[in-house]
Amino acid sequence: MATQQNITQENGTQAAAQAGALRESAMRPPVDIFETAEGITLIADMPGVSREHLNLQVEGNTLVLEGTLQFDMAQHMEALYADVRSTLYRCSFVLSPELDTGRIEALLKDGVLAVRIPKRPEARPRRIEVRG
Amino acid sequence: MYEQLWGYQHPVSGQIRRLEQELDELFGRNTSLTGTRDIRSLPTGTFPALNVASTAEAITVYLFAPGVDPKQLDLALQQNVLSISGEREIPPDEHATYYRRERFSGPFRRAVSLPEEVDAERVDAKYHNGILTIKVDRRQAARPRQIEVR
Repeated sequence: MATQQNITQENGTQAAAQAGALRESAMRPPVDIFETAEGITLIADMPGVSREHLNLQVEGNTLVLEGTLQFDMAQHMEALYADVRSTLYRCSFVLSPELDTGRIEALLKDGVLAVRIPKRPEARPRRIEVRG
Repeated sequence: MYEQLWGYQHPVSGQIRRLEQELDELFGRNTSLTGTRDIRSLPTGTFPALNVASTAEAITVYLFAPGVDPKQLDLALQQNVLSISGEREIPPDEHATYYRRERFSGPFRRAVSLPEEVDAERVDAKYHNGILTIKVDRRQAARPRQIEVR
């Protein structure tokens, strides 16, 4: 196998990995986004991210998802092959005004993050009765 | 002649495209062109992604497989080829309008050839937060050993 990269962790601590992650570029996780009458759901694949390392924020009308992935590392590990070369996931989306950013719900399980953004009650589609 | 017609590059977008190519090469996304990869390897971006690391004691394979039931995975190590196959079905919601469907759905299989000195009897696999960590110990005889000089 061709050696793609040589990352030898001298002290093998997570702190070193975190410092490395800040210098790397972030990966945009694959997402599914769908809308129903109740709201919008976003599902992102972020393997290796646990709740403590997930950062979900709403800044104004922008939703920002960030997660740092952790994996079991040993001392003096050397990389032989890497599809995944960064430890940071990041993506952001602009939310339209009818979405109720104050009632966002999120669930993280097995590296899959599901975010539900409900629509404001007054913004839900309503049937208009036609008289006559 | 094609280049003259379709190869027209706006001064700004041409520079942006060159910058994108340079960044792609810098971050290794063009390795299929510039580097020689294992014959069993799949194009980057295949689900699930795979990383392989080694220490003196073992080879560790990381499979990035979020939302997968580890009990349904089929893991096999035969003649130093580690293969993992499984399935992740994401049934679409019929009452929803989809704007993006980027997450992989369906059957998958990845195989990696490990160095010859691994011990097929000593494999440990663990699934946590969507990463399957498979540790295969190197054969005792193949581990670097300190030789004492008497």
